[in-house]
Amino acid sequence: MSAVPTWAQLVYLLCAVGFILALKGLAGPRTARIGNLVGAAAAVVAVVLPFTYLDLDHVPLIVGAIVVGSLVGALGARRVQMTQMPQMVALFNGVGGGAAALVALLELDELLHLSDAAEVESVVLAATAFTVLVGSVSFAGSVITFAKLQELMTSRPVVFAGLPLVFGAAILASLALGVLTVTNATLGIGIGLAVLGLIVGVLLVLPVGGADVPIVISLLNAFTGLTVAAGGYVLSNVVLLVAGTLVGASGTFLTLLMARAMGRSVPNILFGALRGGSTLGAGEASDRPVRSAGPEDVAILLGYADRVIIVPGYGLAVAQAQHTLRELVEVLQARGTRVDYAIHPVAGRMPGHMNVLLAEAQVPYEQLVEMDDINGEFKHTDVVLVVGANDVVNPAARTTPSAPIYGMPILDVDQAQQVVFLKRSMRPGFAGIENELLFDPRTTLLFGDAKESLTKLLAAAKGL
Amino acid sequence: MDDGMVWLTIFVLSVFVGVEVISKVSSTLHTPLMSGANAIHGIILLGAVLVTGQTESTVALVVGLVAIVLAAVNLVGGFVVTDRMLQMFVRRRGAPPPVAPPRTSGAGR
Repeated sequence: MSAVPTWAQLVYLLCAVGFILALKGLAGPRTARIGNLVGAAAAVVAVVLPFTYLDLDHVPLIVGAIVVGSLVGALGARRVQMTQMPQMVALFNGVGGGAAALVALLELDELLHLSDAAEVESVVLAATAFTVLVGSVSFAGSVITFAKLQELMTSRPVVFAGLPLVFGAAILASLALGVLTVTNATLGIGIGLAVLGLIVGVLLVLPVGGADVPIVISLLNAFTGLTVAAGGYVLSNVVLLVAGTLVGASGTFLTLLMARAMGRSVPNILFGALRGGSTLGAGEASDRPVRSAGPEDVAILLGYADRVIIVPGYGLAVAQAQHTLRELVEVLQARGTRVDYAIHPVAGRMPGHMNVLLAEAQVPYEQLVEMDDINGEFKHTDVVLVVGANDVVNPAARTTPSAPIYGMPILDVDQAQQVVFLKRSMRPGFAGIENELLFDPRTTLLFGDAKESLTKLLAAAKGL
Repeated sequence: MDDGMVWLTIFVLSVFVGVEVISKVSSTLHTPLMSGANAIHGIILLGAVLVTGQTESTVALVVGLVAIVLAAVNLVGGFVVTDRMLQMFVRRRGAPPPVAPPRTSGAGR
């Protein structure tokens, strides 16, 4: 690496500060958007900078590659539906991890070709090995995560006999190759490390059940952050080091926060299925009797209630019925009914996802009430309308220690006078377990696609 | 202080900054925050440019260009998608609420 002029170092420092401000901004609702823009600006400056002070080769090719990647990224980001946000984040995270691993492999190659190759510090080699390995883990893990969320493969935990053994062997082999990289590195060892990383990444995510996948995305996000930090150390670049570390630290912290919101521990999420616990549910539809009703009956129930709480879930978003739901709520409000939306922290498919989805449907911010604030209100509520949610209202989380979601804080919907579920079928939710509340005498089910059911409900409510 | 110590110091301080700045985030913003942090690590694009611009072998050049494309997808896609999400939060707060009935207190966001 040629020496970086002082002014360029100063600009790099400013960019690092920009990323800190970006993250700080993102943590508050008022400053989030500007924070994100500050981060983007810092990124642009940091990427342009080396072209100004370094005599880089292959500039046209590099610029071309940047343009291609940017177009693909921007197009994907513009096109993606808000329901598919978790997959998108997983995918972006995966390619970032992959890029970091490739950069580290190139840097390893570079280090081996130095005239004084023997002089390379072992810490630098260790950091390179770390980046190659963990970057590959992040890439492969994210791809599997994407496949699970996009339903290209089953979202249920995949476990096969001997998986713990293979996984353990892959980890040990990675460690061995990591040590070898430090003692007598060759490019072959680096590539071997990358391959092992891919295997570890796949095996790490396969046994994770659908409901836990968002937490894994957050964890892999933190992994990629740390690889970028290690890459920054190898390349002696302060922006990479600071930005990567920020993401690694905040990502780890965020992962723990989310795990706590779901009442699960991170080791349990990752390795629970290997022990036979985790989110391995029945996944079978039950044939026990339930009480179902038509849209007219439900409309009357809602129309003459004083207090209604809506519990939206991922099923609502899949059916793209947020707008219809908002219209129904407006009709009820015009009749004098008080209506709020109860938002579980992990409603949707990743924490905070439902807020984004309802924001898209222009539901006023003030009507979205968080779990802790609304749980006391269900006692005084006439009707709770559960649209496409299941696990977040399942009392098994409180009552059944053997249930995979046991301990997860839930919305206390079962305390309301009446509960109406809009459901497509009796199939269990994402976590794959049955919901006793469906069989409760106070519960009514309206079967059908959420959008169709809500459209019928809306028509019936208007006619009241 | 030798170079290694300087880097270690920066690393450790950054860990604390990273945890500190997001310690009070509301669950409402978890998705955009995750997505925004995701975009930030796309800055590996800078690393990819540095390595690729200083390589002489053709194989390394090709690998480097692949890394640049991947990193650019991460960086640009991440920031754009985060902005798209946040835009909706902002628009909603700016617009007058449509026929919102009087609300009772206690039910904050």
